Amino acid sequence: MSHFAIPSLSLRAIAVWRRNFLVWRKLAIPSMLGNLADPMIYMFGLGYGLGGMLPAVNGLPYIAFLAAGTLCASTMNAATFEALYSAFSRMHVQKTWEALLNAPLSLDDVVAGEWLWAASKSMLSGTAILVVITALGFVHSPLALWVLPIVFLTGLAFAAMGLIVNALAPSYDFFMYYFTLVITPMMLLSGVFFPLDQLPAAVRGLAHILPLSHAVALVRPLVNGEAPANVLLHLGVLAGVAVGAFWIALGLTRRRLLR
Amino acid sequence: MNAPLRVDSLRKSFGDTEVVAGLSFELRRGECFGLLGPNGAGKTTTLRCCLGLTGADSGAISLVGEPVPERAREARMKVGVVPQFDNLDPDFTVAENLLVYARYFGLRDAEVRARIPELLEFAGLVGRDNASLRSLSGGMKRRLTLVRALVNDPELLVLDEPTTGLDPQARHLIWERLKRLIAGGKTILLTTHFMDEAERLCDRLAVMDAGKIIAIGSPRELIAAHIEPQVVEIFGEDAPGWAARHAALFSQRSEVSGETVFCYLHDARPLLAHLDAQQGLRYMHRPANLEDVFLKLTGRELRD
Repeated sequence: MSHFAIPSLSLRAIAVWRRNFLVWRKLAIPSMLGNLADPMIYMFGLGYGLGGMLPAVNGLPYIAFLAAGTLCASTMNAATFEALYSAFSRMHVQKTWEALLNAPLSLDDVVAGEWLWAASKSMLSGTAILVVITALGFVHSPLALWVLPIVFLTGLAFAAMGLIVNALAPSYDFFMYYFTLVITPMMLLSGVFFPLDQLPAAVRGLAHILPLSHAVALVRPLVNGEAPANVLLHLGVLAGVAVGAFWIALGLTRRRLLR
Repeated sequence: MNAPLRVDSLRKSFGDTEVVAGLSFELRRGECFGLLGPNGAGKTTTLRCCLGLTGADSGAISLVGEPVPERAREARMKVGVVPQFDNLDPDFTVAENLLVYARYFGLRDAEVRARIPELLEFAGLVGRDNASLRSLSGGMKRRLTLVRALVNDPELLVLDEPTTGLDPQARHLIWERLKRLIAGGKTILLTTHFMDEAERLCDRLAVMDAGKIIAIGSPRELIAAHIEPQVVEIFGEDAPGWAARHAALFSQRSEVSGETVFCYLHDARPLLAHLDAQQGLRYMHRPANLEDVFLKLTGRELRD
């Protein structure tokens, strides 16, 4: 049970973050393009293609409605990919973590560094999309700057959830289950593509416990220049998922590696 | 002065299997100490316990003066580790690998940059600062891993099977570098299952089997204490038959392995005279070595 002892966090996690940042910097341009291209294709494809056939959604052109959802979904995806595939490469394939652990870093430092890094990378993704949708004229007030810390918190929540899966994964193939069973339903049921009140009542209850729906509930009004409702509830859920999932991820990773 | 590493009554089990079963040993400053054992003897688990990477069930460890696991992180500040499998960063250049690793120890970039030429000289990688890892051979990577473990100028260098998988040229170069470090006063702990490596490098060594130390001493002492000084190896189809009839007459101890007979003895002359008169048997006469000791102590069965 001692694997689930309180995380002991330290600034040494920053060394891990810096290592990952240095690798990213070498591949920054293709990585940024990759991060932007996919959500943009969805946003323009669905936004104009499907949106052309739709009346206003919640009083907005469909593409403006979709923009905030895309921002949140792409934050989730960026954090998830980093915490699954990239972290798994470093932990299991390249044995980068083993090198870190032979240096004066603890496993807690390493996992915390990966957590912060994945959240940072997702923030980059979210920020890039915010810049693009601002340039397209979908952002209506400086309130939208509040989106940035929310994106980081959303990144922390999904990075931590991803690290749980990472700690349990025997191989890359395992991640498909997580995408199919968690990430894809999350994207469809969190108000990214359509308002939650379109869902049958039973499913709507489920949607309200999904962390992505709380991110969307905060980000969409901010992008449209309105103050969101129930701010503390939404922030509390995201923060609770971030901290709780990180704790579990760390415990499972300790169980996996410290034997 | 504290011993660089002291292990006292260490025990560690995985499930019902006791992998380390009451291990005690101590390193002296400036020596090269070898931990030998067949696969599964508990060498790697012992190292992981010593570095604080896994908790022991019982026993005490002091690494460079720090209690482990309580202050393992502080201890690792003063230890360099060369892992069994290279875990260099494939996305970084040679110099970046050293620089980034040094950051994990809290060393300043400027300080490390100043030492990189010296480290690369030691690694035989002069002028390769900006080379990508993909352009390095296996031996070069191993040497880079070795100098990466030296970035913090450690009091103790721990090497887990440092030459496994290298060709003879690359192995000899690693040995030469390790001898330079030993001559410079570094304390080294290494695990290996190459007996020639242990015999060349180690001042003292411990033979482990089933989680216990079954012999400890210098290579010469171990050979003198555990085995007859001469070995005659006899080969050929008739060798096992010959052994059944004659081996006991000429040797103190003999073993048959396939079509080879190993005769261990104090005086080989009568046996050699006898063999010269036999048809169909080839033989080789040599002094006993560490491998003979190892096989005597741990047996000839495969350990998979």
